[in-house]
Amino acid sequence: MTKTQPLLQVENLKKHFPVRGGVLGKQVGNVKAVDGVSFTVNKGETLGIVGESGCGKSTTGRMLLRLIESTEGKVVFDGKEVTALSQNELRKLRRDMQMVFQDPFASLNPRHTVGKILEEPLKVHGIGSSAERKKRVKELLETVGLSSYHAKRYPHQFSGGQRQRIGIARALMTRPKLIIADEPVSALDVSIQSQVLNLMQDLQKEFGLTYIVIAHDLGVVRHISDRVGVMYLGKMVELTTSEKLYDKPLHPYTQALLSAVPVPDPLFKKDSIVLQGDIPSPSNPPPGCTFHTRCPFKMDVCEKKVPQMLEHEEGHYAACHLYTEEKQGASQNKEMVGGGAV
Amino acid sequence: MVQPIKIPEPIVETQTDTMTSPWKDAWRKFKKNKIAVVGLSIVTFFILLAIFAPWIAPEGINEQKLPERLQAPSSEYWFGTDDFGRDVFSRVIHGARISLWVGFLAVVGSSIAGSALGIIAGYYGRWIDAVISRLFDIMLAFPSILLAIAVVSILGPSLQNALIAIAIINIPIFGRLIRSRVLSVKEEEYIMAARAIGMSDGRILFSHVLPNSITPIIVQGSLAIATAIIEAAALGFLGLGAQKPTPEWGAMLSASRDYLVQAPWTLFFPGLAIMLVVLGFNLLGDGLRDALDPKMKT
Repeated sequence: MTKTQPLLQVENLKKHFPVRGGVLGKQVGNVKAVDGVSFTVNKGETLGIVGESGCGKSTTGRMLLRLIESTEGKVVFDGKEVTALSQNELRKLRRDMQMVFQDPFASLNPRHTVGKILEEPLKVHGIGSSAERKKRVKELLETVGLSSYHAKRYPHQFSGGQRQRIGIARALMTRPKLIIADEPVSALDVSIQSQVLNLMQDLQKEFGLTYIVIAHDLGVVRHISDRVGVMYLGKMVELTTSEKLYDKPLHPYTQALLSAVPVPDPLFKKDSIVLQGDIPSPSNPPPGCTFHTRCPFKMDVCEKKVPQMLEHEEGHYAACHLYTEEKQGASQNKEMVGGGAV
Repeated sequence: MVQPIKIPEPIVETQTDTMTSPWKDAWRKFKKNKIAVVGLSIVTFFILLAIFAPWIAPEGINEQKLPERLQAPSSEYWFGTDDFGRDVFSRVIHGARISLWVGFLAVVGSSIAGSALGIIAGYYGRWIDAVISRLFDIMLAFPSILLAIAVVSILGPSLQNALIAIAIINIPIFGRLIRSRVLSVKEEEYIMAARAIGMSDGRILFSHVLPNSITPIIVQGSLAIATAIIEAAALGFLGLGAQKPTPEWGAMLSASRDYLVQAPWTLFFPGLAIMLVVLGFNLLGDGLRDALDPKMKT
């Protein structure tokens, strides 16, 4: 992996939702939706974030844009600390960071025409004259594979795949540097998924975009990502390149996830790792390694000590005691910037 | 500039090329609903009657012909004459002006005030919501006509004060309606999308939240005009609204009480007019609700 300049740096990002109870609405606890996530995204690459429902991946994505305010931690985008900006500065910055949403039926205002929806980002940021904006709307409709006359139509007149193309076109209107795609294809039919993913890849090449793709589908993430981060219960447990993750996963959770991916061969017998139990409640996560309640390789240390996110191989980070025990003698560990977990 | 990227898969054209805005769809659906069209016709009829009242009415509203008092309906006096010998037909037609005007203004006033409060409560939430919602609860705790009587007795009986009273009692109804709508609309993903592109709160409220919350207001508005007309008539009947000799329907009913047996037409026609207008607005409102309900969209 060639080292390029990071476009986005995330350090120890946390989101704790307060749980209120009792007559007076006192805070009785916290839901630790995201509990110390750190990663960097380089210019022009695609970072995939995977994990099961409720692991905090969408919350992480929204915190990067400050659609949800983080409880703790730092987000630095293009040299600017997003988490420290005023509302006004933040609005200006959003020109460079855009988002593609999961549900193409809910993310477009049903009362606006497609042309109006696409023009809106330009209007908000005061870009171009009315005629220039209209021209750009038409251009981008064609860029995402629709036609310029579609601008006059309403969202309900499009299919799911077409709407998601509109959502992507809206994200591209202001020529952003970073696009965060929160489950961009999970609401679409499988046949349409690949169309949209290929479109996203083509656009990336065309405009030099950087993506963060949040998904629960390992196949989708593998298809589009350069690097992949795996999240479990508000923490990132493994982060590495796409090839390394799928060929040689380190963390037992990643191994279990990958073994659950169906293989299109009825005769293929694989040793699937079936995880026992449910994902624990994020309001009361287990001590030590949060995965120890379900881990098939659990050791005593896992219940006591929180594993750190360490680089076990070049560019391959994992937060698991299995490897620290092994490698402690060799002391080759390099701690990742900011530390993976606290 | 941007070159179009070739997409290998053709985009299948499944839609017809007709432009369909949500409003046009609603109108198409409304037209199919016969009862709603009847309601719209009744309302339109009364609106035209109100606009052209001075030209339609054969006589002036206060033209008294004492020798011809309490005459039964005839070819000369279609609806008969009242105790002062005034033509009931002319007075009922002019009454449409007053009733529709009161109903319309009261509803416009209360929907604007109610919507503003409701949007603020719904969008900003927290303590603002708590204060506004409790205020609505207090107002709704009183029976509406009682509250209207209280307001009129403070301001003094007149048509204008009756209008203000009716507007005030309708504010919490609109306020609660739009607040609940805003609560659900603001969680929609397109609101988050609007924030993600850097829109300010005020702009989001006006260009996304309000247009998507407006349909229940239109429906409630048309139904509220009906109740506002009844309330205006009730206040007029009680002597708290329009004062004599204004040809307000409720006041006309009140004046004809004494001649119920001798001249039932003085009571019947204003009453019929109230009933028809209220029926018209209710049918219209029901039709609008069916046509505008987004859940019934195919």
